[in-house]
Amino acid sequence: MHAAMRNSAQSLFERSENFFDASFGGADNPLRHLGALGLYFLWILVATGLYLYTVLDTSIEGVYRSIGYLSQQQWYLGGIIRSLHRYASDAFVLVMMLHLLREWAYGRYHGFRLYSWVTGVPLIWLAYISGIGGYWIVWDRLAQFSAIATTELLDWLPIFSEPAARNFLAPDSINDRFFTVLVFIHIGIPLMLILGLWAHVNRISRVDYLPSRRLMLGVLLSFLALSVLKPAQSELPADLALVPANVPVDWFILFLHPLTDISSPAAVWALIFGTTILLFALPFLPHPAAAPIAVVDAANCNGCSRCHVDCPYEAITMAPHPDKPNHKIAIVDADHCAGCGICAGACPSSTPFRSQERLVTGIDMPQQPVDVLRQQLEAKLEKLEGKTKLVVFGCDQGADVSALAARDTATLSLICTGMLPPSFIEYALRSGIDGVVISGCREGGCDFRLGMEWTHARLARQREPHLRNLVPLDRLQLIDASRGDGKQLVAAVVEFRNRLETQSNATRPPAYTRKSHHA
Amino acid sequence: MPKPAAIVGQIILYGAFAAFIGYFATAPTYKQIPDDVALIKLSMSHLGGRECRKRTPEELAKLPPNMRAPLDCPRGRSDIKLVLELDGKPMFDTVMHPTGLSKDGISTVYKRFEVKAGTYQLAVKMNDNLVLNPDFNFVKEAKVTLKPAQILVIDFNPDRGGLFFQSADAK
Repeated sequence: MHAAMRNSAQSLFERSENFFDASFGGADNPLRHLGALGLYFLWILVATGLYLYTVLDTSIEGVYRSIGYLSQQQWYLGGIIRSLHRYASDAFVLVMMLHLLREWAYGRYHGFRLYSWVTGVPLIWLAYISGIGGYWIVWDRLAQFSAIATTELLDWLPIFSEPAARNFLAPDSINDRFFTVLVFIHIGIPLMLILGLWAHVNRISRVDYLPSRRLMLGVLLSFLALSVLKPAQSELPADLALVPANVPVDWFILFLHPLTDISSPAAVWALIFGTTILLFALPFLPHPAAAPIAVVDAANCNGCSRCHVDCPYEAITMAPHPDKPNHKIAIVDADHCAGCGICAGACPSSTPFRSQERLVTGIDMPQQPVDVLRQQLEAKLEKLEGKTKLVVFGCDQGADVSALAARDTATLSLICTGMLPPSFIEYALRSGIDGVVISGCREGGCDFRLGMEWTHARLARQREPHLRNLVPLDRLQLIDASRGDGKQLVAAVVEFRNRLETQSNATRPPAYTRKSHHA
Repeated sequence: MPKPAAIVGQIILYGAFAAFIGYFATAPTYKQIPDDVALIKLSMSHLGGRECRKRTPEELAKLPPNMRAPLDCPRGRSDIKLVLELDGKPMFDTVMHPTGLSKDGISTVYKRFEVKAGTYQLAVKMNDNLVLNPDFNFVKEAKVTLKPAQILVIDFNPDRGGLFFQSADAK
């Protein structure tokens, strides 16, 4: 049942992401960059919060007056900053929950992702504590409602000797220092959140700390427009002698209060603790077996560090080579390794032009060694016939390329497109192939984060190991095709074939036939 | 450069996102209580009594000079019995237990009661030492008029004469 739910959710996300791709493209698609978008909202919160802190008067009367002044007298600056602070907090919570759902839907919560998943769960608590506390600072009717509802909820737990809700019993129950403490909590908890976020992304390399500039600009402009059209306003000042009857609840952050009213504190705590325990337990429930991890061959590792630089999960470190003085060797951390093979694609020893009978590279994947890849390629190329012969390299995580297999088209699916050494393209072309197609997940949709990004950079000769200048780019077609993009892939391959058939053969690289060193 | 259709799509989606955030940030409003209802909050925090015995001169003489307290009191505190009546009818009846592993802490209660706005005869009775007192040793009774959404607090403070009702007009 869990698998069925997850698959449905994944399918929904994939369709939504593809829909958004049509307008935004992969790089600017907010659904493909939810984590980075969340961080962006956090920086907006920090920046706007610093301004709000400087103008806040922390006395009982002053706190309401100083915030109200921003919205009324200084609406053009302070009011907009206040509105941005409120709306960014709502967006942060929304994006955070979508990020959680998306990672679950794609099954990214176990194995090498266990650490990121587990460190992410407490951040939800911190975000909500910070968000709820933030509403209290305004000390209007909404703040009063939230403060009383929260303390009544807390009082259900046996943690206070005296009911915390007694602090809001009557107008004379609270004093100025309450808001001083509250402000420091509202700063302290977000600081803990930032520290937690640092831990959360600690095991991935090249973290997207911010989304693309266009996405940031688009979000900022839309939120500025929202802040002008519907500025955040205070309710009437808090009055502990009255029940705030109609409360404009922020449903992103304060939804627990109405939920407690219609159910019970026990039910809400059961929901909160139950969900937290479930999230922590999720990685330990039955799930697909972990992929085999990369294996280093000491004799063939020259310590170049390319695998270390390219690994998306910081699973590879460099250590002194045991056999080669003044050389280094790659060391794979089994807990961090995703088994994506991007390291094998980065290894300079992964070239099929090497004459050994058995191609042993510096770092390789047990489930799909580079030697087997070369054998499969050679066997398939040998059988190809027809006017325009193509080889299509696909990705197990992306569009299925096997349907393209034909007498004039060979297909090979890789763990990740990023594990394809560019020398294989040259090897295929020099073996008599007319064109090479490389298919991988859409931009921003790589299951292993950086597979397609590195592939693009390597083929554009901007990253090592790069495609040699000898290889004509007009015989190479790179297609972004995620799961479900099979039709687009077929159409792109047909178009590429037609283009090849109408162009001259002058761009062909010189022929090459590998000879075994035994020959 | 994005195509015009993509730009239009982006504007629509950014607008929809902002509208979604803007709407649910304040709406729909939540009605906490009906319009014609007031709230009575019964909340108190009080140490229950205990039965102390006066030490005899002989007993005091046996004690070290610095420990010659005239009264010998047990550590534990008594339960507190509390009854709330509205127009002579029982509304709430409880026994508050002292907190702490040794039952030496305060006894507390915090309850909310929604009542229709109007005038009531409200009575609250408390016995804070069930061992010594056969009956309620604190009683507060008064006619109260509650307006819609008004909060009436029932609390206990020895400095304010024991049990008291507190309500204030809205600001």
